[in-house]
Amino acid sequence: MSQYILRRSLLAIPTLLVISLVIFAILALAPGDPMSQFANNPSVTAEVRENMKRALGLDQPWPVRYVKWLTAAAQGNLGYSFGAKIPVLTLLQQRLPQTLWVVGSAFLLAVLLAIPIGVISAVKQYSIFDQVGTFFSFIGFSVPSFFTGLLLMLIFAVRLGWFPIVYSSTLKVENWGTFWQQVRQMTLPVTVLLVQQTAALTRFTRSAMLDNLPLDYVRTARSKGLADRTVIVRHILSNSLIPVVTLIALGIPAIFGGAIVTENLFRVNGIGALLITAINNSDTPVVMAITFIFAILTVLFNLVADIVYGVLDPRVRYS
Amino acid sequence: MSERIIDAIPTVEPSAAVKQLEQHLSSTPRTLWGDAWRRFLRHKLALIGTAMLIFFIVAVLIGPLIYRISPETLDFNALSARPSIKHVFGTDDLGRDMLARSLYGGRISLAVGVVAMLIAISLGTVIGSVAGFFGGKIDQVLMRVVDLFLALPVLPLLLLTVYLFRVPVVKAFGPVLGVFLIVVTMIGALAWMTTARIVRATFLSLKEKEFVEAAKCLGISRRSIMFQHILPNALSPIIVSATLEVGNAIITESTLSFLGVGFAPDTPTWGRLVTDGINYLQTAPWLALIPGALIFLTVLSINFMGDGLRDALDPRSRL
Repeated sequence: MSQYILRRSLLAIPTLLVISLVIFAILALAPGDPMSQFANNPSVTAEVRENMKRALGLDQPWPVRYVKWLTAAAQGNLGYSFGAKIPVLTLLQQRLPQTLWVVGSAFLLAVLLAIPIGVISAVKQYSIFDQVGTFFSFIGFSVPSFFTGLLLMLIFAVRLGWFPIVYSSTLKVENWGTFWQQVRQMTLPVTVLLVQQTAALTRFTRSAMLDNLPLDYVRTARSKGLADRTVIVRHILSNSLIPVVTLIALGIPAIFGGAIVTENLFRVNGIGALLITAINNSDTPVVMAITFIFAILTVLFNLVADIVYGVLDPRVRYS
Repeated sequence: MSERIIDAIPTVEPSAAVKQLEQHLSSTPRTLWGDAWRRFLRHKLALIGTAMLIFFIVAVLIGPLIYRISPETLDFNALSARPSIKHVFGTDDLGRDMLARSLYGGRISLAVGVVAMLIAISLGTVIGSVAGFFGGKIDQVLMRVVDLFLALPVLPLLLLTVYLFRVPVVKAFGPVLGVFLIVVTMIGALAWMTTARIVRATFLSLKEKEFVEAAKCLGISRRSIMFQHILPNALSPIIVSATLEVGNAIITESTLSFLGVGFAPDTPTWGRLVTDGINYLQTAPWLALIPGALIFLTVLSINFMGDGLRDALDPRSRL
């Protein structure tokens, strides 16, 4: 088992290397001069600009620059942000927790909601509950996340005033009062991601349950006289979750995509909001780092899903 | 002796049962596609979805010919006017008619969906066919590429490429066509993987079958075996994923526009209209809500139609 985990982890490394190469190449091959912000500045002459380029190593061919970036990144140095004038790593350390909190709690709640709904939908197929659930899950994955966000914002923040419109990034959780404030300001951004995730997960769970319901082992379990609940939870559900785990893993990039949208809508100061600011300011080191972090998170969660898959399904051979 | 028996046979009158059988055979036979069509007609939500989608397409195509108000005309008597008989969807802050802008923008949004789908499906079909048909090393390499693409952070990469390559492409093709081309290419290039997997699976299961062997013996070219003999068997799942891909592409494009990295502000795609409307959420909420609802309803109808198609064409899959 531990050997299996080790091998899967080692396999993730080449994937990450290729992804970082692709991102770096896109950034490097993109037209446009990183020094163009100085082009209209009379105190920075063409000669000075050339010197700056050389000092930053921008005159070297991009494969050389990639190797340099990679060696530095491997040692934890992701460069300096052009905009914030601080190391990118410090910037990320400030921003990453917010994103992980929002994405993480949305994901956890989605799993807790979707699995029971999917199970009931499948067991009582074509019942009112199933039909209403199916209808809402269709709405859930047809609605663009920014539209859900806008509706929630308009109804619950602007009209009813139950939640703050803008996420306050300076809030520190010190006592129950500030904790409650934190929960309130996280509610809307988390709900947006929750709607999207729950919809997809419900469908996955329902269809996996429906695939297992008519199988022989279920009949065996029932004929042994096991309680309905035991058959459904212990026998069918545990088998149905195996494909669901894979589908969850494939959906991870979409969750982080959704995080970019909610963070920008509610001004959560996570890395998604930072990415948009960095792109608009041509802050290349930050853009590179964040895109790469999204890739790392995606690969990491895929790895976790692979391992969970191995734990859930004893038929997976570890050799 | 035996000759007599043979002579006797033709004189036997066909029984009533045989006559009935012949009559049944002479009526038009049930075809695969006819069956699918009948199954599709039984799916109520799919029919509603299809009707809604046809309505949107017709409205967007011929609407501007009937509704003669230009999307650029400024009506200073009705700035940020509520929806009324004169301006059915209201007007924006400059007094431009929102219905006219929505109709014009819908053309772009729907076109993005369809063209991006075509790119994704063609890429996926070709890559999946090649991987499944040739197998071996080629298959391994191509499947590694698929895994790699599945691990790419889609939204950040889209944001990055569109932002970086927008200027030169716009210079070459003009502001609307330029952005259109780059958005469509990038969405298509990041969405072909599912189709490739489906097509590959079909090829793997069919390439050893007798009809392929027969075709080989007849000296039919490999390309023709791939695309005329095997590929049609994968048509049903391809059609289903193509339908769903249109919806995904529309959502992705509107998300890009929403994040400010899509079409220029004067090109009123639905996503762009939502972004522009957010600033007036408190005073004129319809500016953001109407185009948002249009995106949502279009994608919802596409997903309903896709679900119906899946039930009709691919009865075993129940997702």
